[in-house]
Amino acid sequence: MKHYLNTLYVTTQGAYLAKDGECVLVRVEGEDRLRLPIHGLGGIVCFGQVSCSPFLLGHCAENGVGVSFLTERGRFLARVQGPVSGNVLLRREQYRRADDPAASAAAARCLLTGKIANCRAVLLRTARDHEDKVNAGALRGAAERLTDCGRRLDPGLPLDVLRGIEGEAGNAYFEVFDHLLTNQKEEFRFSGRSRRPPLDRINCLLSFFYVLLAHDVRSALESVGLDPAVGFLHRDRPGRPGLALDLMEEFRPVLADRLALSLVNLGQVQARGFRVEENGAVRMDDDTRKAVLVAYQKRKQEEMRHPFLDEKAPLGLMPYLQALLFARWLRGDLDGYPPFLWR
Amino acid sequence: MFVLVSYDVKTEDGDGRRRLRRIAKACRDYGQRVQYSVFECIVDPAQWTKLRARLLREMNSEEDSLRFYFLGSNWQRRVEHVGAKPALDLEGPLVI
Repeated sequence: MKHYLNTLYVTTQGAYLAKDGECVLVRVEGEDRLRLPIHGLGGIVCFGQVSCSPFLLGHCAENGVGVSFLTERGRFLARVQGPVSGNVLLRREQYRRADDPAASAAAARCLLTGKIANCRAVLLRTARDHEDKVNAGALRGAAERLTDCGRRLDPGLPLDVLRGIEGEAGNAYFEVFDHLLTNQKEEFRFSGRSRRPPLDRINCLLSFFYVLLAHDVRSALESVGLDPAVGFLHRDRPGRPGLALDLMEEFRPVLADRLALSLVNLGQVQARGFRVEENGAVRMDDDTRKAVLVAYQKRKQEEMRHPFLDEKAPLGLMPYLQALLFARWLRGDLDGYPPFLWR
Repeated sequence: MFVLVSYDVKTEDGDGRRRLRRIAKACRDYGQRVQYSVFECIVDPAQWTKLRARLLREMNSEEDSLRFYFLGSNWQRRVEHVGAKPALDLEGPLVI
């Protein structure tokens, strides 16, 4: 099985990344801070004012290491991609299916099944583990609504209807999301999704994790030779990685939402680690951002059993495995795409 | 897998110093320097074959010595560090 490769996050402003032999060299103010062999890396994510030498970028492209540039606050800016590789037949098949409404709807249905089931699992898990601290009744009620949404995902439904069900499921989930907090409830009150900019601390955390997750899922798709831009549930729009967003849906509750919640519930992030700006936007400060990145990396190293392949792997490898299964479905080796179901 | 590479290169002449430099460079491409002539490399079998071949090509077996210690993939339990210059865990979170 593929080895789980690490991701390097550079948040130090003014850092310069260069190629040194087969290594990535991180230099800050003329001083060599870190030298990492490129073999162990799967991606590099640069925040804010971080520059990269062209030779390093070329070397990364050659070795299949994805490099993303984000603003200091974590908004996605750009990504460096090497020569297009992978199987052209596979990609063509992907385009063909994305053009076919029935096939897209079938894919979207599988993706939504995964998303709804995982949202539901997150709610039920909290309701079970923290019966005494949370409003378990409300959580179970919402889980029931999600079950209902999941049941209505019949084969043959057109995309519009599927999207309607997705919206409904999303509402049911985020309506009770605030109940999942067991600690620091006042400071981290959640009253609905807000983004660009996030208007409260929880939204700030969620948005940040979604960007990180998108980077990982995108790299996974590219490494199996799929085009991350051509999605099924998310239709084509310039600059939007549609398929990456599609595949992300099933990972959001597990890798991002639950992690954001546990950071708050365990007090690993504090309310004072966030700043509120004049326009109401909430931003993390540098220390919080670093703590959050470390937590994300640690989470990805936890092992779990893949529900479909029945093999143990780090959580960070799951997007790769799902991308692989997606490619197998496109190739016709599988009759449907088996979504990632978290238990 | 985790391989510890340590070397001793005779550096009395210019040729020896050249070998030392080139061996160190090969190790640096694949691993992390933890002490002056000790490197920790996390490599897969293919990468190890490459690194090993490169090291053997650079060395002079009459005068230098190379030692490889194979610590497998469960190496975390087998390494203990005391004192200055702790090594970075290349498989842990990398945030700088």
